[in-house]
Amino acid sequence: MNVIGQRVVRKEDPRFLTGKGRYVENLRLTDALHAVFVRSPFAHARITGVDASGAPDGVRVFAGADVDLDRFGPPPFPGIEARMARPPVAKDVVRFVGDIAAVVVAETRAAAVDAAESVFVDYDPLPVVVRPEDAAKDEVLLFPEVGTNVAARAGAPELDPGFFDGCEVVVSGHLTSQRMAPCPLEPRSAAAVVDEQGRLTAWLSTQTPHQDRDTLARALGIDPALVRVVASDVGGGFGAKMLNVEEVLVAWLARRLGRPVRWTESRSESMVALGHGRAQSATFTIGGSRDGAVQAYRLEILQDAGAYPQIAAFLPNLTALMSSGVYAIPKIECTGVAVVTNTTPVTAFRGAGRPEASQLIERAMDAFAAEIGADPAEVRRRNFIPKDAFPYETASHATYDVGDYEGALDLALRSVGYDELRAEQRRRREAGATTQLGIGLSTYVEITNGGGEPEFGEVEITRDGGAIVRTGSFSHGQGHETTFAMIAAERLGLPVEKVQVVAGDTDVVARGGGTYGSKSTQIGGTAAAEASSQVVERARRLVADLLEANPDDVVLDVGRGEFHVAGAPAPSVAWTELAERLFGEGRLEELKVAHDFQPSAPTFPFGAHVAVVEVDVETGAVELQRLVAVDDAGTLINPLVAHGQVHGGVATGVAQALYEEMLYDEDGNPVTANLAAYCFPTPAELPSWEVAEMETPTPVNALGAKGIGESGTIGATPAVQNAVIDALAPYGVRHVEMPCNGERVWRALQEARA
Amino acid sequence: MTQVSITVNGTRHDVDVEPRQLLVYFLREQLGLTGTNVGCDTSSCGACTVLVDGESVKSCNVLAVQADGAEVTTIEGLASGDELHPVQQAFREQHGLQCGFCTPGFVMAAVSLLREHPSPTEEEIRIGLEGNLCRCTGYHNIVRAVQAAAGAA
Amino acid sequence: MIPAPFEYARARSLEEAIELLADEEARPLAGGHSLLPVMRLRLSQPSLLVDIAGLGDLRYVREDGDRVAIGALARHADLERDPVLRASCPILAQTAAEIGDPQVRHRGTIGGSVAHGDPASDLPTVLLTLDADVVVHGPDGERVMPAAEFFTGPFETALRRQELVTELRVPKVADGVYVKFARRAQDWATVAVAAARVGGRVAVGLTSMGPTPLRARGVEEALAGGASPGDAAARAAEGASPSSDQAGSADYRRHLAQVLTKRALEQLGPG
Repeated sequence: MNVIGQRVVRKEDPRFLTGKGRYVENLRLTDALHAVFVRSPFAHARITGVDASGAPDGVRVFAGADVDLDRFGPPPFPGIEARMARPPVAKDVVRFVGDIAAVVVAETRAAAVDAAESVFVDYDPLPVVVRPEDAAKDEVLLFPEVGTNVAARAGAPELDPGFFDGCEVVVSGHLTSQRMAPCPLEPRSAAAVVDEQGRLTAWLSTQTPHQDRDTLARALGIDPALVRVVASDVGGGFGAKMLNVEEVLVAWLARRLGRPVRWTESRSESMVALGHGRAQSATFTIGGSRDGAVQAYRLEILQDAGAYPQIAAFLPNLTALMSSGVYAIPKIECTGVAVVTNTTPVTAFRGAGRPEASQLIERAMDAFAAEIGADPAEVRRRNFIPKDAFPYETASHATYDVGDYEGALDLALRSVGYDELRAEQRRRREAGATTQLGIGLSTYVEITNGGGEPEFGEVEITRDGGAIVRTGSFSHGQGHETTFAMIAAERLGLPVEKVQVVAGDTDVVARGGGTYGSKSTQIGGTAAAEASSQVVERARRLVADLLEANPDDVVLDVGRGEFHVAGAPAPSVAWTELAERLFGEGRLEELKVAHDFQPSAPTFPFGAHVAVVEVDVETGAVELQRLVAVDDAGTLINPLVAHGQVHGGVATGVAQALYEEMLYDEDGNPVTANLAAYCFPTPAELPSWEVAEMETPTPVNALGAKGIGESGTIGATPAVQNAVIDALAPYGVRHVEMPCNGERVWRALQEARA
Repeated sequence: MTQVSITVNGTRHDVDVEPRQLLVYFLREQLGLTGTNVGCDTSSCGACTVLVDGESVKSCNVLAVQADGAEVTTIEGLASGDELHPVQQAFREQHGLQCGFCTPGFVMAAVSLLREHPSPTEEEIRIGLEGNLCRCTGYHNIVRAVQAAAGAA
Repeated sequence: MIPAPFEYARARSLEEAIELLADEEARPLAGGHSLLPVMRLRLSQPSLLVDIAGLGDLRYVREDGDRVAIGALARHADLERDPVLRASCPILAQTAAEIGDPQVRHRGTIGGSVAHGDPASDLPTVLLTLDADVVVHGPDGERVMPAAEFFTGPFETALRRQELVTELRVPKVADGVYVKFARRAQDWATVAVAAARVGGRVAVGLTSMGPTPLRARGVEEALAGGASPGDAAARAAEGASPSSDQAGSADYRRHLAQVLTKRALEQLGPG
């Protein structure tokens, strides 16, 4: 039956709606000990002693010297300084507020929390460096043995001084993509048990069960075959939830103590320990002709890696790769450096390097437009990569598969009523209204499955004629239990209800890449699709035997789930009959196919967003009135789920533009380390979204599907920032740093007046 | 320890609790009702929202001892057997949930909101849910779900 | 997230509550929505909580001649909905509706909010603006004092040991507005302004502009002298000492105080 493309209500919802979600914290474990971490209140200090003498009986305390684990990380991305690794429990030096100084284990959670307060760590404060600009001076070093704070470099080692020669117009600017906290609603939780045979089972709140199994085995120095990771329901990840030192320690403790151990972080703990996102700033320079053709573009990127480099140290490479955006820019030059600072390590967060790229190019295009006095939409049109130019290799060496950027912009402008909005804006400007209107555009392209990674999918027919899909992808909110069931159901000719999707248990699913980078539908979905097709192929041959027909003549009626000889609807063999027969012969395994799909390339979803803001020019307050999102991700398996991803992505994009910022004071103390202080928007701050549809299938996979999970974020932030600056243009304001909140707007107006 | 008598989802529990035990942990750990989630420690996120005597309350900011004599309704107590409550049904139909972690809190907050405001405007819904945070949905379909549930009433 | 251990006692009468509070480390517990958040972060560790929520006869709103008497255990949601309050002193009902979020409003009490003495709280500012009276009970009996004497510093009040706020008495005031500026709907005010016509004069109060809720005396003086709302509002930050935090700098708060005061006065309208 044709179910792909239909709005199908999710199969997994009942358990979440009735309070039966299987988050790790809900796991019933008998005899489990509870772990609590003692974390440093200093951003940079030497540990001179750990006094656990005050701990009550029955409580175990482990300091750095007691934990025989190798240092952890950095992740194996090319170019990251490997010597900047992190001891799971700090031995001599703590490098950020939240770094682990000791771990306490007790019989109950309350006893562990109480006991943690009884552990006294002696700290000898060291000088602190918080701002990456300061860290780049290499005056206060986090790793003296390395001799620098530089964790990684990206792009051109040297800039070409003549790069903008020949450009009539050259505009420069600086944009900070501020530090954010990913804030999945479920804080991390982990539990570990070792059985009598010495095999470790770890329940993790993670996005990557199989990768975590391997990393955990390596960290503990044991054979991966002796480790099982079970990820059941996970309450959001957004790029930040992958194995970290806490989970390694929980597993280590379980092995060391011979009892199950569990841990759940508090929100305040998560705000400093999970990892932060973005924290990148850059200077952009854009040059072109006065009639609007962009000729050259340069980025100089500074990435704050936090205290111990994680994937963020590598992300400037992705920013550079996607720096061209949707434009045919002949010359692009990027350079980047990632430095460590005495702050929480910076990790991947929804978009991971690509929001930064679109924020920069979209700001640059608006700045260029302002300089030449042109409409921002027209300048974009002038420079789009044309629809017939694909595949297109940009000057930053990304090869885009397929795109229709002008089509996306046209649809967005039409949907928002652009001309009417400009008229209203003019009216308010002439009237000197207290609330001014701002209209901001962004046209974007993004790279999904950027690593060109493969994925595993196994499909088997069950005795009752249903199917099981085992996928290496791992949904933590993305709805694979429904969407992958739809994909298999369509190929197999089964109702969606008869297809079960299984994921997350490394003992049950042979291998997998987990879910991040908006890769799962295009690779996990395709793997499931191709495995399904292979099962159908095998079934055709088996039915051919049964019907004594030529296999080439046997077809599957996907509407009814029945095989028959082409042209002769009867006799037919339904899946139920075939399965029962094969089961009786002990041959049901023949309808089980394990498949690995290796795509030829990443894919490049694209779109256009238009934001409409109202700015109160007296208080500075900004209110987002409307956001129109056009996001083309190729074939949509389930529009209900796909739009949900856009809604959530847009909200995070808007949050960066207007609300959220993870702040530190000059001593490295986090100032916004809980959800009361951190400005995570509530439903009252945001409008409903306007989503307009566009689907340009990709040739890269059989589904025609690209990723969509991060597109909303990548498209929305620049549209909103551009809208605020647009509102303030008549007052001489050329830039407002994010988040564009009341105070920032007020200061921008003050400065422009001065 | 203090003796309390708390009725949860229609069943009365006479138990001893430590004064410092929060209602959310009483529900989760003593009664095994793990549907109510803990999402923060500053009463900001609302994932722990339950009904106490019919009104929405953040159970992380109530001591179990304070609920002595009260009637508590959790997400587990909303459906009637296999039949989902209209708000639960609306959340499903409108795709008002993704990872599901904030969902019990939002559903209970929405039930309370609709009791007090049976026909809310979109603005009233958004302000009425200002005590609940979600990172996955961008709130759009949550608002649609509450509108649908209000309309279905 | 988990408070430090403490003892717990339920008071069955006001007298018993007062007696139980004799312990220096004891704290009263009403709705718990000012106290429990700080206890959960272990910023406060009382050894004994005296639960007064059972004193049901302290939860009321009633007319009392030319004033409205509000029991300390009235919840913010009660104030938001109460027909007597909405008719006689709408600014108080309107302000209560903007505190926190619905879940907080179902539990938080006016007595608890007042006793907490947070300069970022909304109700204390309105009470100060209305020249309300605060009624407290202690071992030496009842004391009544004007709001201006009650709030003495950040999280400091004139409450003596063992005393409890039992009632608030507000004048019937038909014209009053509360203008609140916050980053997010559920947040405390970055700055808020109360403006009300009390006894023929305009009174103006400020939230989050100093160690306590403040009266904007400069604005009131200017208005009494016939100044326009805009001119009077220019004096809003006189005598104020706002702090800088993640919600706003002191300079921005001073600026907001002026803008919001002008708007509050304009909304209040001419007498």
